[in-house]
Amino acid sequence: MKRIAIQLRAELMLLARNGEQLLLTFVIPILLLSFFGSVEVLPSGDVEPIQFLVPGVIAVAIMSSAMVSLGIATGFERSYLVLKRLGATPLTRGQLVVSKILSVFCVQIVQVAALLALGLFLGWEPAGNQWPLAIAAVLGGTSAFAGIGLVLAGRLRAEINLAAQNGLYLLLLLLGGMVIPRDSLPSAASTAAQVLPSTALADLLRTTLNGDSGALLVPGTVLCAWAILAPAIAAKRFRWS
Amino acid sequence: MSVLVENLTVRYGDLVAVDNVSFEAPTGSVTVILGPNGAGKTSTIEVCEGFRTGQGHVRVLGLDPAKQHRELTNRMGVMLQGGGVYPSARVKDVIRHFCALHGKGANATELIHLVGLGARSKSTWRRLSGGEQQRLSLALALAAKPEIIFLDEPTSGVDIDGRDVIRDIILGLSQEGTTVLLASHDMAEAEKVATHAVFFREGKILASGDMKSLASARKRLRFTSTPGLVTAELAVAVKSPITVISEGLYEVASEPTPQLMTRISQWLADNQHPLLGVDMGTENLEETYRRFTRSPQ
Repeated sequence: MKRIAIQLRAELMLLARNGEQLLLTFVIPILLLSFFGSVEVLPSGDVEPIQFLVPGVIAVAIMSSAMVSLGIATGFERSYLVLKRLGATPLTRGQLVVSKILSVFCVQIVQVAALLALGLFLGWEPAGNQWPLAIAAVLGGTSAFAGIGLVLAGRLRAEINLAAQNGLYLLLLLLGGMVIPRDSLPSAASTAAQVLPSTALADLLRTTLNGDSGALLVPGTVLCAWAILAPAIAAKRFRWS
Repeated sequence: MSVLVENLTVRYGDLVAVDNVSFEAPTGSVTVILGPNGAGKTSTIEVCEGFRTGQGHVRVLGLDPAKQHRELTNRMGVMLQGGGVYPSARVKDVIRHFCALHGKGANATELIHLVGLGARSKSTWRRLSGGEQQRLSLALALAAKPEIIFLDEPTSGVDIDGRDVIRDIILGLSQEGTTVLLASHDMAEAEKVATHAVFFREGKILASGDMKSLASARKRLRFTSTPGLVTAELAVAVKSPITVISEGLYEVASEPTPQLMTRISQWLADNQHPLLGVDMGTENLEETYRRFTRSPQ
């Protein structure tokens, strides 16, 4: 536990010193919510765009910072030989993965709070009243996406990792019902997308924050599986150099 | 014995980077690993650090570096050839971080001053000069209070004052019983600190041992005379191979003795050539390195 705390402190310190990365992490979801919340261009059907968007953009923000930002930063750490040097200390792969996920949790607290506040300002009306479940979904989503990001960053060269993270992000964004309703997808794709963590997270957040009618069991199980398996695989397969 | 390498082979696909090499590094020694680029030095060191695997038997502090890597990290320090620190990280933060990770009571402030970075403790890695980055890397390796330390090109890009600092630290470590394994191209620096040497070329070890035994094999005699001597005839007369070093400068690959000098003088006199100068002594490390790495295997 002590080494996780030491590494977490270093991760947060580095995050704070990389202002541009942090800014991007915060600004993009806020811009997305502000723009699409004000302009009716999304096929959200009978639902008010802002009602559809708030849970979706929170899911996008979690995916962006937990998977893409963390994954790319970790890939660069490999090319800077930072990981190799850490590999020569008593810090284990598992401890590194846990500290990185915890550092993203810390960012998520501020990010999600900012998005909820902006959503309320833009007219979003929370209706689910299932805050504990929503928080669990945020934690599960962060763990799942951070795990996926670290699986890629832990094995691939920095340049390939960069392309893979962005490619996967686009795929999960389009298929996951985060900003485009899943009903708009071909039925086969919509069904297959249920096993994606992005779909599970977006569905859970809509049910818990908006009170949308939807089962919690399937997305809950899917997200739980990703949240456990992805970090476990990352810790097992992570390469220091 | 701190490092024991027996019949180590490292392959990258079809390429054999390290080909069945064996050597030892005694406890408290400063063993310098020499060889041209691509000779297999870094691959061998990475196997010893536990970052790479190969075929063969390798033990560091009695541990298998691959299978007992975590135990080894508690006892070893590693200085990489370059990088290893996030560019925006500050000197004092990164040293504190590594001291805390090792948890062996190394004092970050003392380390900063030991490597001469007291005035740069608030600078980020990207703002340090190449030499300062090397000294910070050394400090990170020392944060482990190591029983063995691996240094890959520690003086690369370091100015004279920085070299003095690094040399003093290496000699101090050796005196305290820490084993130092050092890969370097800087022969002059290596010669000042090394107690043992290993010469690599094309994945093989050409020679290894302590500096005294290597030095005894490095005795030679050079003399200056008329350019264009018939060295084949001279070699027969002195019963030793003769090498033309440069125009008019010749080297006899044999221990300098009065009898050898007499035979050379006699042959030159018989063939009416002058003896313009004589240099008897021991090759320096760079000359030995050149001899080993350029001679046919």
